[in-house]
Amino acid sequence: MSATHQASWVGAVQRLALLVGGTVFALVLLLLVTGHDPSVALRALVRGAVGSWYAFTSATLVRAIPLALTGLCVALAFRAGLLNIGAEGQLLMGAAASAAVLGTVGASLGALALPLALLTGVAAGAAWAGVAALLRQRFGVLEVISTIMLNFVALYTVGWLVRGPLQEPTGIYPQSASLPKAVQLPLLWTGTRLHVGLVLAVLLAIGLWWWQRSTASGFRLRAVGQNPHASATIGRINVARVSVLAFLASGALAGLAGAVELTGVTFALYENLSPGYGYTAIAVALLARLHPLGVLGTAALFGALQAGGNAMQRDAAVPIALVNVVEALLILLVIAGDRLTAARSARA
Amino acid sequence: MITPLDDFLAATVRTATPLALAALGECLTERSGVINIGLEGAIICGAFGATVAAGTVAATAGGALGLTAGFVIGAAAGAVIALLFALFTVWWRADQIITGTAITLFSLGLTGLLYKTVYGATGVGLTLPTLDAWAIPGLSALPVIGRALFAQPLITYALYLFVPWLAWWFARTHAGLALRATGESPDAALAAGVSPRRVQLLATVAGGTLAGLAGATLVLAQSGTFVEGMSAGKGFIAIAIVVLGRWSPRGVAAAALLFGGASALQYLFQSLGWTGVPYQLFLALPYVLTLLVLARASARSRAPAALARRELTLS
Repeated sequence: MSATHQASWVGAVQRLALLVGGTVFALVLLLLVTGHDPSVALRALVRGAVGSWYAFTSATLVRAIPLALTGLCVALAFRAGLLNIGAEGQLLMGAAASAAVLGTVGASLGALALPLALLTGVAAGAAWAGVAALLRQRFGVLEVISTIMLNFVALYTVGWLVRGPLQEPTGIYPQSASLPKAVQLPLLWTGTRLHVGLVLAVLLAIGLWWWQRSTASGFRLRAVGQNPHASATIGRINVARVSVLAFLASGALAGLAGAVELTGVTFALYENLSPGYGYTAIAVALLARLHPLGVLGTAALFGALQAGGNAMQRDAAVPIALVNVVEALLILLVIAGDRLTAARSARA
Repeated sequence: MITPLDDFLAATVRTATPLALAALGECLTERSGVINIGLEGAIICGAFGATVAAGTVAATAGGALGLTAGFVIGAAAGAVIALLFALFTVWWRADQIITGTAITLFSLGLTGLLYKTVYGATGVGLTLPTLDAWAIPGLSALPVIGRALFAQPLITYALYLFVPWLAWWFARTHAGLALRATGESPDAALAAGVSPRRVQLLATVAGGTLAGLAGATLVLAQSGTFVEGMSAGKGFIAIAIVVLGRWSPRGVAAAALLFGGASALQYLFQSLGWTGVPYQLFLALPYVLTLLVLARASARSRAPAALARRELTLS
């Protein structure tokens, strides 16, 4: 991993080109296998993702925002050696908590309501990750399993909330009441759906990048992720403390993603609020080599893929699941590539 | 007369069956030192393989052959996915947990894609033969446990034989010893002339085969149809069951029954007319139980010493 830190811009551009090439290759292959005309489907994909200013801002970038925030969540956790697969659940709990605050005391708070809602989302995401952190630290529970279980519990919790305490007043639809304009995130660009969540994601990515490379606590995080045993014995680092804090911070980022999605895009809580952003985030983080700035790039790529995938489904009748397969294939390609490079350098 | 308790116990064994199959497969794999987090992927691929095979064969050759084809192809699909996982982890020694997660995402996406490709967006025209319960005369009339244990589909009866056989195989055969040795100390296994790589490869594929059977059971003996994402975390629950069952076949079977019971509770409460409790509580129960069980069992557990280790030998 250390080599990638010093990687030049050339290296980054090379990797991005490989990534885009791999994506196109996987897409064409899967389209052919499932009997679709690649040229028609890919044209629909490109049109849906970057075909117009509106498509780029309102489809691609709007989807890139939750992907970037959850991608940062996964990247931070993985960097600390924590396999947090629970971004999806943490996102949902963030959105749910934020909806609960806005639905109950939101109207009485005026201008404070929106920031409070975002902070509640952050806290709820951290708390939900905290359950897994506690189980790991106190009882040695593998966090991969606990976070996936918590994803399901979060999904059912939202399912209950939108049919129970948070259901909209008419009681017909399984969703919360629509948010009034005053508590929606401001738009970044009038005439599009792009909201200020983008600025938030970019600032957080820059902040996390600076923090990881330039501060002592950022160094401790990386040290614990690389070798907890050496960190404890040689570095005298309190590994448990670093791990728990990293887990909480990671969950906080996903919780923020949920609150931002609620106040910036959906304006109501419902079960399908996230089309699996928390799972795609794993690909986003791994393909960015866990680099916070890289996450912005891969989030944009996957945002385009998701936006284009929707257009492909609409215009060329290609199931959106195809995009999920491409994402998983890319993760496997990265793992295979890493292993083959490692084997080659071991032999040299 | 059939009481709500009879129904509850029967549903417990019924829902425990695929969990036990998958967990026994994972148990086999983990005893060789490999943790297959991609088990969920093998289950959903098994479910889809069984759907396609059973549907296709039954349409021309009748239900019985269709069912056979379904279980065989379901098992094979699980084996293929496990082989892909083994290629990465056993052969290239990639991280087992990240690879397993990717394999799960890949399988969920692929089965969803193929399902829509083969059956269209709605799945109209998908008719499957089902493996119905077959009551064993006499035994199924026993009080309380009769219907639960002896009025089940054949695949459940197969498990009754498989669990003690697997325990015997672990403890009493050379192959079982080689498997356990590899999971505890690949170095010692190597020194004894066993190839750890080969053992882990076979154990992973065998585990995937059982997970594929679990997926086939979900489709052919339970729901009667395929639904995208129908594995619903069962692969991960199965991994927890292995921990609770302490890596022993009998323990795993007992732990699977506990989880089957947790899933079956919703039927019991429905039949008792408890409508005040939100049904999501029951849906979430198996997952919460997994967390509680892992918290209780992980700290005291004795996992195979070389579990999830990447370096095969120390030299």
